[in-house]
Amino acid sequence: MCGIAGLIHRGKSSNVGSELQGMLQALKHRGEDSTGYALYGDTDGKNFIMRFKVGENVGEGSSSVMEDVSVYDERKKIVDETLAEMGAKVIKEERTLPYSLRYEIDYETKDLLDFSQKIESIPGVEILSMGKSLEVIKDLGNAKMVCDRYSLDKVVGTHAIGHARMATESGVDIKSAHPFWGYPFSDVSVVHNGQLTNYWNNRRVLENKGMRFMSECDSELIAVYIAEKMRHGATLEEGMKESLTGLDGVFTYFVATKDSLGMAKDTMAAKPLVLYESDNLVAMGSEEIAIRSVLPQEIDTYDPFDGEVKVWQI
Amino acid sequence: MANLKTVSKKSKAQSMGMHTEVLTGRTQQKFFNPDEAENFYYFGTYDVDFNKRTELDVKDMTAPEANKEIDNLMSQGYGTIVIKNPQGKHSLGVGILNKLNLIFEGSLGYFGMGSCDGPIVRINGRVGWSCAENLMAGKVVIEKNAGSCFGAAIRGGDLICKGSVGARTGIDMKGGTIIIGGDAGAFTGFMMQRGRIIILGDVGINLGDSMYDGTIFVGGEIGSYGSDAVDSELTSSDQDWLKRKLKVAEIGENFDVSKMKKIVAGKKLWNYDNLEPTEKKGAI
Repeated sequence: MCGIAGLIHRGKSSNVGSELQGMLQALKHRGEDSTGYALYGDTDGKNFIMRFKVGENVGEGSSSVMEDVSVYDERKKIVDETLAEMGAKVIKEERTLPYSLRYEIDYETKDLLDFSQKIESIPGVEILSMGKSLEVIKDLGNAKMVCDRYSLDKVVGTHAIGHARMATESGVDIKSAHPFWGYPFSDVSVVHNGQLTNYWNNRRVLENKGMRFMSECDSELIAVYIAEKMRHGATLEEGMKESLTGLDGVFTYFVATKDSLGMAKDTMAAKPLVLYESDNLVAMGSEEIAIRSVLPQEIDTYDPFDGEVKVWQI
Repeated sequence: MANLKTVSKKSKAQSMGMHTEVLTGRTQQKFFNPDEAENFYYFGTYDVDFNKRTELDVKDMTAPEANKEIDNLMSQGYGTIVIKNPQGKHSLGVGILNKLNLIFEGSLGYFGMGSCDGPIVRINGRVGWSCAENLMAGKVVIEKNAGSCFGAAIRGGDLICKGSVGARTGIDMKGGTIIIGGDAGAFTGFMMQRGRIIILGDVGINLGDSMYDGTIFVGGEIGSYGSDAVDSELTSSDQDWLKRKLKVAEIGENFDVSKMKKIVAGKKLWNYDNLEPTEKKGAI
């Protein structure tokens, strides 16, 4: 089933970590195999923030295996060496969990494709997000468990999207959890509720164009699809509108960039979405109770119609 | 078998046995002895007094707790109950088989007022997916917008949304009336079997797709017609009925019903004949 939630504050920052945690926790009955956050925090915008993992947290049906911490240490060492070879200077590093790391990197580049390919050529290493504002945090368990584990409740920023996952077509592990980074674009993330039926056809086409897939989760296709469109000059909104015909199946998804948040709903309107929109705040989720966790007072909400695409700026 | 090459299209279908099926089944049976009428009652219903009014704050209650408390209040004879702080909770007000004035001061989540038979309900907010699913009788009025599958499979009663509704409104409905003050999404009236839908605003794609029977009235633009949904003539009695219905619903008081479009089932789908697929190709 899965649940998605997102919010964007316009003209100000807020405690988006705590707010998104409340929204996703309200949706935990839609799935708590894994939960993921894409948080756009307040930063000085000078350095890249790279969230990456050097191992897996393995649940039911996963093809991955749990490994010894020494393996993680070895992979981290290779990542550090690779960064140094590329001239990327690590300003700050945090190791929240043995397999999960956060680096602030001083690195001058506009094209992250080469950078990402070199890092991810290290076996067992996956970049969860790369950007100057975006941080993707995802792990097994419900929203509160993941929030507590990674201390997300104090993150201040402008916007965020998140996902509570009930695993269906792929196993329970971090690589299949949402949000997905819009590789190789800085600060692009995607969450999705639904099923895509032309996943393999699209995947083959996109892989032939040099795009990369890290999981077998159909939702990853949306991130890659949008990223590929943007790579060829489309705006976020244009890419999302093309996806209504390019992607087959039922879906409601959110895409976020450094300064915007968008939603798209398939032409069958088969997946739910409730939307609240005001001058200061846009909040949306699979169910109204998600919005109520940040806006308990009586508010006007609505369901976007079939085939609708909307994008908001901060 | 009839000679398909020589008969007209209409008589072709009829001569092959379409539209002639004799209705059978539970609805044609006699269930009750008139002499036992006095003993007939719904299990779990109460005598309530509409002038006996109370309020119930459900802010800190789960949906089962709230529904149980509504039942408890009805058992005490309360005929008017005001629900405070529903806050988008799912499945509130389900399974009420009583006459009752029920007022929600706020919004409901999914499956609100499902499987009800008889209550008069006013919701001063919005409702989520599948509001009033399987409604048998009564009246449910929503002051704001509604989610998808609004009035799914209702069999009777009036279901009124003063705002806009999502996709698949009236899906599989078998009776009753759904009235929408605003716009409606895709697949409105999908596979409806009886009943009427009135939409004052625009409606999305695939209107009335695969409808078996029933009528849809649309005041605005239609995205597209679904399979076997066709236009029909809007008669003067249709207009009279529409005016009366809109007046009772307190909606669209000055709406010009003479310009509404009337959509019905073409009745050419496979489910209207008893032919083999190869025979059907010749008939349609």
